[in-house]
Amino acid sequence: MSTIVATLGTDRARRLRAALTTLLVAAVAVSAPFYFAPFQVFQLTMVLLYAVALAGLNLLVGFGGQISLGHGAFFAAGAYTAAVMLDRYDTGHLATLPVAAAGCFLLGLGFGVPALRLRGLYLALVTLAFAVFLPPLLKRLEPVTGGSMGLTVDKLQPPAWSGMAEDQWTYFVVLAVTAVSLLLARNLLRSRVGRALLAVRDNESAAEVMGVRLSLHKTLAFAWSALFAGVAGCVYTWVIGFVSPDSFSFVLSITLLAGLVVGGLASLYGPLLGAAFVMYVPSVAQDISEAAPGVVFGLLIIAVMFVAPTGLAGLAGRVRGTAARRLIRTTTPAADDDRPSGSEPSAPPTPADPAAVDAEPVGAPPRPEKE
Amino acid sequence: MTELFQQVVEGVGSGAVYASLALALVLIHRFTGIVNFAQGELAMISTYVAWQLVASGMSFWLALPVTLAVSFAGGMLVERIVIRPVQNAPELTTVIVTVGLFIFVNAMAGLIWSFTVKDFPQPFPDGGIDLAGVRVDWSTLGIIAVVAVVMGLLYLLFQHTSSGLVMRAVACNPASARLSGIRVGRVLMLGWGLAATVGAVSGVLVAPLLFLEPNMMGGVLIYAFAAATLGGFDSPVGAVVGGLCVGVAETLAGAYVDVVGADLKVGVPLVIILAVLLVRPQGLFGRAAVERA
Repeated sequence: MSTIVATLGTDRARRLRAALTTLLVAAVAVSAPFYFAPFQVFQLTMVLLYAVALAGLNLLVGFGGQISLGHGAFFAAGAYTAAVMLDRYDTGHLATLPVAAAGCFLLGLGFGVPALRLRGLYLALVTLAFAVFLPPLLKRLEPVTGGSMGLTVDKLQPPAWSGMAEDQWTYFVVLAVTAVSLLLARNLLRSRVGRALLAVRDNESAAEVMGVRLSLHKTLAFAWSALFAGVAGCVYTWVIGFVSPDSFSFVLSITLLAGLVVGGLASLYGPLLGAAFVMYVPSVAQDISEAAPGVVFGLLIIAVMFVAPTGLAGLAGRVRGTAARRLIRTTTPAADDDRPSGSEPSAPPTPADPAAVDAEPVGAPPRPEKE
Repeated sequence: MTELFQQVVEGVGSGAVYASLALALVLIHRFTGIVNFAQGELAMISTYVAWQLVASGMSFWLALPVTLAVSFAGGMLVERIVIRPVQNAPELTTVIVTVGLFIFVNAMAGLIWSFTVKDFPQPFPDGGIDLAGVRVDWSTLGIIAVVAVVMGLLYLLFQHTSSGLVMRAVACNPASARLSGIRVGRVLMLGWGLAATVGAVSGVLVAPLLFLEPNMMGGVLIYAFAAATLGGFDSPVGAVVGGLCVGVAETLAGAYVDVVGADLKVGVPLVIILAVLLVRPQGLFGRAAVERA
């Protein structure tokens, strides 16, 4: 009885803590543009925007277990949808968002169908080839896309009543889009779709036996993931006001994957950390040399895969988990021997962090080879 | 008709380059089950080594064996340091690690040799021969000859030497090989060294045509992927046949299909990869993997 009360207490405490954290983060996020210089606000805006794309990629790679090296293509599709609508039809910014989202959802659905037959490496190959193919295709479709010159469109303009500068207004619009997107991604994962996705990732056969329709959910994962990338691309056009094929080379796709891995696969706030990484590491390292961002990126990706497969987001949880294990081992040395033989000795005592638990099957610890 | 043959000859020439990089990919895939996304970049950095040697006054034909030896050692090092720790990890991890290696090697080349384009010496003489109206450059012939020699040497190594037998044993069944006393780790290092060497050959061959810069092999890699997919990721012969097919298909599509033209040629490997994976996923010469769930 007392244990139940204790659990309730900690549960309530955790909820309170979560609410307080959310409130604090919201306060910081809202007040940030009034403290920083316009350029820094712009950088923050870009972080938020990348976070949306990474959250989408996370659905597919982190939670779906499918590899995409071509997500820059969906990002580009969203960006170009917005740019063409603004340039040709003068629709106004807000109208471009649902169109870009829906368009990319359909594109992802279309791409998801061949992806069904491709697993792992092959999916990575096809998506990479697609990402390489896209820029020349965009150049070719010159009448619509403006060719290699790209398209220049209006940026977001603050309405007179807001009294804000352009960068601040843009920041708040992007903040709203990002908040809604991240919330949507989170709720999606807690819905039927999300649970099915996790089941498919962890064991396809078992999931199928339990009644999960593999083809439907794998295709849907692609579609949702493309939708988020498309939204991010659309917002990119709003912020930058310029699109050109060379902005969306396959390097973008690889950078997105790199950011996600470093930020933390299969973690809810990994995309935010990854987005900050994608935005700030190049701009800091660029001062050293043109090649420095790549060196740092490459080394970090490999290092993260070796030592912290759950990325920055999972690092805290991992450290805590290891510490807890150490603590238990040192305080109750006899406990290990009394354990019934069926239990796993290496299982952590309590899931220290939901992110760390979610992320476990994706990266290492390297599984023993199946014989 | 002559023009068609001319295009085919050019296709075979570029196809031979794709074939050698595809061969490197296939070697690694056979040994370790990994598709090495950094293969092109390893070849690129080998080419830089060759360029550096030639620029410092060495003759090309002396620089070549030195470069190949350096590449061999480099490939072994990469296997030992970067790949071994994730050898048994899930596919996603190995793909991400090789992608990380790709980014790292690419940037390192830029850091050391800068991103400006370098002129790579053409090892083969200018001019060519005329075969019934079809002009074949010495460089094309040279590329084909080099790739054929590499293929022949690999064949001899695998089929007629004891270390080749050991390597085949490891590729076939690592666990049994280990039980019969083979040092699997060393053989895997050897495999990566060989693959890096073969990749270096493709880099050196393609550099005079594309000009040397850190992103040189990015495009070639996609074609090599298409070649390996077409031939089957576990068949060296398939890689070569696939490479030639991809090269010819690319040139012909660029020349005769108006929609494709010169700029959209990079769509050809995408179409080939997709078509092969959807119709015959194991490729032309590959064995279909039978899997127990």
